[in-house]
Amino acid sequence: MGAAALRALPWALLLLLGPLLPGQRLQADATRVSEPTWEQPWGEPGGITAAPLATAQEVHPLNKQHHNHSAEGHPKPRKAFPVLGIDYSHVRIPFEISLWILLACLMKMGFHVMSSVSKVVPESCLLIVVGLLVGGLIKAVGEKPPILKSDIFFLFLLPPIILDAGYFLPLRQFTENLGTILIFAVVGTLWNAFFLGGLMYAVCQIGGSGLNHIGLLANLLFGSIISAVDPVAVLAVFEEIHINELLHILVFGESLLNDAVTVVLYHLFEEFANFEQVTIIDMVLGFLSFFVVSLGGVFVGVIYGLIAAFTSRFTSNIRVIEPLFVFLYSYMAYLSAEIFHLSGIMALIASGVVMRPYVEANISHKSHTTIKYFLKMWSSVSETLIFIFLGVSTVAGQHYWNWTFVISTLLFCLIARVLGVLVLTWFINKFRIVKLTPKDQFIIAYGGLRGAIAFSLCYLLDYEHFNMRDMFLTAIITVIFFTVFVQGMTIRPLVDLLAVKKKQETKRSINEEIHTQFLDHLLTGIEDICGHYGHHHWKDKLNRFNKKYVKKCLIAGERSKEPQLIAFYHKMEMKQAIELVESGGLGKIPSTISAVSIQNISPKTLPDSNALSALSKDKEDEIRKILRSNLQKTRQRLRSYNRHTLVADPYEDVWNQMLMKRQKMQQAELQNAYLTVPANRIDSPTMSRARIGSDPLAYEPKPDSENLPIITIDPASPQSPESMDLSNEVPKGCGGLPPSPEEDEEGLVMRPKEPSSPGTDDVFTPGTSDSPSSQRMLRCLSDPGPRQEPEEGEPFIPKGQ
Amino acid sequence: MGSAQSVPPEMRALAERTGFTSEQIEQLHRRFKQLSHNRKTIRARIVHAFFDKRNLRKAPAGLAEEINFEDFLTIMSYFRPIEMDMDEERLESFRKEKLKFLFHMYDADYDGIITLQEYKNVLDELMSGNPHLEKESLRAIAEGAMLEAASACMARTGPDEVYEGITFEDFLKVWKGIDIETKMHVRFLTMEAIAHCY
Repeated sequence: MGAAALRALPWALLLLLGPLLPGQRLQADATRVSEPTWEQPWGEPGGITAAPLATAQEVHPLNKQHHNHSAEGHPKPRKAFPVLGIDYSHVRIPFEISLWILLACLMKMGFHVMSSVSKVVPESCLLIVVGLLVGGLIKAVGEKPPILKSDIFFLFLLPPIILDAGYFLPLRQFTENLGTILIFAVVGTLWNAFFLGGLMYAVCQIGGSGLNHIGLLANLLFGSIISAVDPVAVLAVFEEIHINELLHILVFGESLLNDAVTVVLYHLFEEFANFEQVTIIDMVLGFLSFFVVSLGGVFVGVIYGLIAAFTSRFTSNIRVIEPLFVFLYSYMAYLSAEIFHLSGIMALIASGVVMRPYVEANISHKSHTTIKYFLKMWSSVSETLIFIFLGVSTVAGQHYWNWTFVISTLLFCLIARVLGVLVLTWFINKFRIVKLTPKDQFIIAYGGLRGAIAFSLCYLLDYEHFNMRDMFLTAIITVIFFTVFVQGMTIRPLVDLLAVKKKQETKRSINEEIHTQFLDHLLTGIEDICGHYGHHHWKDKLNRFNKKYVKKCLIAGERSKEPQLIAFYHKMEMKQAIELVESGGLGKIPSTISAVSIQNISPKTLPDSNALSALSKDKEDEIRKILRSNLQKTRQRLRSYNRHTLVADPYEDVWNQMLMKRQKMQQAELQNAYLTVPANRIDSPTMSRARIGSDPLAYEPKPDSENLPIITIDPASPQSPESMDLSNEVPKGCGGLPPSPEEDEEGLVMRPKEPSSPGTDDVFTPGTSDSPSSQRMLRCLSDPGPRQEPEEGEPFIPKGQ
Repeated sequence: MGSAQSVPPEMRALAERTGFTSEQIEQLHRRFKQLSHNRKTIRARIVHAFFDKRNLRKAPAGLAEEINFEDFLTIMSYFRPIEMDMDEERLESFRKEKLKFLFHMYDADYDGIITLQEYKNVLDELMSGNPHLEKESLRAIAEGAMLEAASACMARTGPDEVYEGITFEDFLKVWKGIDIETKMHVRFLTMEAIAHCY
């Protein structure tokens, strides 16, 4: 299958490129062809050379003359009505754009089909190779392959990737390591730029006649272009190797934040290269402009983020365009920053980070999914296109290969990076609690990939002032290729070799969330005791400010008062409920929380928790049926390990019959449900038989069981038939418990149970007084009210609900 | 609280035992003398933790009536940051110590098990700053959390056994995903973060 796809690939390529080529030729020929049309009258009936019809618009001025020409003389022959015509120039641009994007997507698909290759070679390398091939093909046909224009890159291809990164930035790790990231981004990039620029200047002086004319400023400019770590390349490579979050955020954060430095240095040296003399004032101004650019970018981003959050507060009636607000405001932030030469990337990140918590509290679940998938889709396609175009531009661009320059660039780039990381880490480790080990340092240094941003920046250079632009381009492309191919390909085996810690693929559990919050409070308290205004102190202050003022403005309605833990819990429950329904409910339930959740969420339907409030009553019942059927299956599975039934296995059928009988018995007792303390347990016949069969000692009640409240976890216990009446019970307290006065305060398991034999299954005690409450208790933990038949063939909730 | 002690030769012994430098000890000492209440929601618990005999390594249960500076330092030593040159074993025991401290904070009745009620109490205190909360949500959350912890340990107990609460081993399991050693620490870096009287 993979081989077949491989063989099909070149044909697919040709097929796709087919229209591309004549299209270009067409346009080129159009002007030429229009001349002869003028000469010859429309003599050829149905003359379906594309030219005359395609150039219909251009021919207008010519047409008029032609008309006069013919009107003077002979009768004009009538042209046949064109049944089928070709008008390519009309749609040329969108058509070609779509073709390129389609090519990018097909490539991506192809790589996943040929998975053996993509395990060794990272996707970015493959894409560049494809770009090279395509460029070569176009050139071979005689056309001029398109070069990645800087405008297209900066305005259309880069923003989706950055927005995706910024919106889903793991904020906790980012802020915890912000100092380190800033030092790497700012000081590291500055060091790289100056070190490289200076050394290249020295090389140019020594390097012979071809290089002597390149001045210091030009070299510094070159250094500043190439020294920036590229977020696109870093993302592309690091995504696949799954290293631990700390390293990921360090390298990635650095690549994002160094944009400000790059912008400043670039504009600085570009301007300076035109000056005859650089004074101190200029340098001071340059230094100031760094702060303006970076802080200004962040400021613009924050403003737009707040506006977006505020807008999302009112979108409860037009849910469908909610995602658009997020995209548009972020894009506007980027463009606005670019107007003033501020750092667009930082604006984009700032707006994404600021708007996210508030927007997510306001928008519907579907909008959230839409945003997530659209961002991922756009950024993925953008990335693919960028790499392909890099390959094509390599073939298309004019190159000037100078061995000395290129090789020394490459060498010094690597040396500068390694030195920079080493020195900075030594400095940073004095302030870090969690120090960076040499292994970490190696990965950080090795992960300094260069990419398309450097290429585009160089392409922007003005040819007149920088006539060595081609040489720069060649050197930059070489460095990019080297870092992406060599470093990108080898980083994965190196990570395995060095046994670097990988990302832990655990889901956030509610326990973790509680503990993390507890820890936060604890540490803040301890910091207070020490009198130390530390990290936690400021975080706490920020949180309080946020809660008191900001949330009230930006979050609609009730959600503004919801503490984070509750919000997290709700989100998780909803996710699990939806997961359960989507998976068809056939697998084992991941955890029994979902059962509790359904009954618990309904009394508190938040105005915009669409997923569950949209569920009508019968759908709720369907969910319950599904859950029930699962729980019974789980139950049956569990039963085989039950030490009672190991002996008493033949009683399984009897068991079920007992249940049915009991349920019918208790249907009559619907009203007397709400008693409290379970009294003496009466064993079911099954249980007593089972007990006799097994070890009697196992039934010693535990010594303290009187004082300890206990939870019986019995996830699959069949329930009492009171559950038939769930519609009445749902609005009440925990797990549908009716609010009996004694129970109100304590809820589920707060009463000390009578010391029952621990082996007894609570369910099977047909005692009247205790069973309802105990079953209710169990029902809280598991599935609400089953009817006996497991209904597996039930139609599940249709998708799209 | 107890009396302040500031005898230099004892400081060295203290420093060795708890791992702080002498500057840090001095700073803590100053702070110890002018302690005022902190305004955090679980402040009672935190203060409690200082007096908890288990944390002071004196007895398996009970509260000390007063603690002296040495005990204070013992408690603070739980919040030491890890050092670069620790080997695996020390790291592991370090981690366990910190988790044990946390565990003791949850387990208020000294029985070595966190029961549902204790867990609920913790949650109540955590959320105490928020008056709009309904009891239902807290209850649900506590139960959900217990269930999760229980299901993680289900393999160990038989399905019909009664699940009493989270033991220390289960607690360790829950915390496996979070590296406590990197999170549970307080910086004692700067000397100018001196206590402000308030």
